[in-house]
Amino acid sequence: MTEVLRLENLAKSYGQAQVLKDINLTVRKGETVCVIGASGSGKSTLLRCVNFLGYPTGGRIFLEGKLVGREVIDRSGRTEMRYREAELCAVRAHVGMVFQQFNLFPHMTAEENVMIGPVKIRGLSKAEAKARAAEHLQRVGILEKAGAYPGQLSGGQQQRVAIARALAMEPSIMLFDEATSALDPELVGEVLLAMRKLAQEGTTMLVVTHELGFAYNVAHRVIFLHEGTIHEEGTPEEVLVNPKKPRTQDFLRGVTTFRMPEPRIAPA
Amino acid sequence: MPYDWNFTIVLRYLPQLLEGGLHTIILSAAAIALAAPIGVVMGVIRQQRVPILAPIAVAYIDFFRTSVALVLICWCYFALPVLIGVTLSTFTAVTIAIGLQASAYLAELVRAGLQSISVGQWEAARALGMGTRLRLQYIILPQAARRMIPVFFLLVIEVFKTSTLAGFVTYPEIVYEAYRVATDIYRPIETFTIVGAICFVFLFSLGRIALYLERRYAVVER
Ligand SMILES: Nc1ncnc2c1ncn2[C@@H]1O[C@H](COP(=O)(O)OP(=O)(O)O)[C@@H](O)[C@H]1O
Ligand SMILES: [Mg+2]
Repeated sequence: MTEVLRLENLAKSYGQAQVLKDINLTVRKGETVCVIGASGSGKSTLLRCVNFLGYPTGGRIFLEGKLVGREVIDRSGRTEMRYREAELCAVRAHVGMVFQQFNLFPHMTAEENVMIGPVKIRGLSKAEAKARAAEHLQRVGILEKAGAYPGQLSGGQQQRVAIARALAMEPSIMLFDEATSALDPELVGEVLLAMRKLAQEGTTMLVVTHELGFAYNVAHRVIFLHEGTIHEEGTPEEVLVNPKKPRTQDFLRGVTTFRMPEPRIAPA
Repeated sequence: MPYDWNFTIVLRYLPQLLEGGLHTIILSAAAIALAAPIGVVMGVIRQQRVPILAPIAVAYIDFFRTSVALVLICWCYFALPVLIGVTLSTFTAVTIAIGLQASAYLAELVRAGLQSISVGQWEAARALGMGTRLRLQYIILPQAARRMIPVFFLLVIEVFKTSTLAGFVTYPEIVYEAYRVATDIYRPIETFTIVGAICFVFLFSLGRIALYLERRYAVVER
């Protein structure tokens, strides 16, 4: 399968603090990759580097096989990446981002939130964008709220609108940064179901999540991030059920301390 | 000795006072029209910390915020024409003086408004692929503007009040006309009472419009 995203020796530091080290990762078309890891392990930083909300300080990023930025050799002989803002805008327009805090535009209706990107960035007409917004709001099951303002929607509804907003740009890859962490527990399911639907429809997704059940059932591959490096990587079965590394085991022990039988209810 | 109030005589001069009021309104509107674009640009430059331009904006804002309005008016009326070699009408001179000063206040208002929009909004717009201009134009400024409505109207009211200094350089605004009427008929108390009432009605209505706009464009947040 063709690769959509490739990270080569990606690194990111804030001053002295090295937050990401030597990340190598390839995401192929139609693949869903879940990233798990402790708080502060660099998950958000990783996603933010991919769409250049934060600038990598080392390594290379390839989107659709194309290197982002330009390599230059500085005086001391080291290679460095140079990025042009116009190029990065184009990259961001092809990388969909879903934030933990939704970040919908509160002065626009759900539909307008979804239309603004296609109209202003892709140059679609209002009518075309309206049709496209309807299509994607439908996909995440929230078309009936098209005319509502974010403030009138529940967290779960807002997040689904935010997903539709990213989808409407028809990105090469969708990034989710703990998309359900800010939600009331009873609203988590509707968002995860929408995300699973996208995965099943063949959307390429890189998903940071604490929902191990989602990762187990939906991901093709799971990555455990620890102190800024990919510590363990494999199928959900390998990483989540039979973790080999002690750190991964510690993490999973921590997040699954108490367990209970599955509730005897029909699944959604 | 009880004062013998006589409003009937003043009411005969009402058209003259109202015309003064109209001049005041036109002058205020012109000053705001001048202040708006400058204020928005300066505020954006300052908030975005645009290299080179930001320190200039800071100096500009500080200068006009700390200037005395009457001094600016006199300076624009007497000194500016000499410097640039053209004669300015009183209207133009006063519009420039009050407009520039208002633009400095507006710049600070815009800066605070932009600052109040959460980082998440900037980032969400950025993640869609919007450059700085698009982000400001469609995402940030519209939200900031809504939050700025109440303070903006305070500024408009301040400009209205400041514009009554224009009489000092003989622009026929409402207080200037009132002074002429009062000296004509020796009825300063009644005249200025009427002028006060006219101003009150106008500014009160303006306040109501502000309140309406504020509610109309309020963004539901949670
Ligand atoms: N702007 C920043 N400046 C300095 N350090 C930061 C900044 N953003 C994140 N970090 C640090 O980077 C590390 C990883 O953060 P983050 O990627 O948000 O972790 P995660 O999303 O896995 O919880 C943390 O130790 C955090 O303190
Ligand atoms: Mg995070």
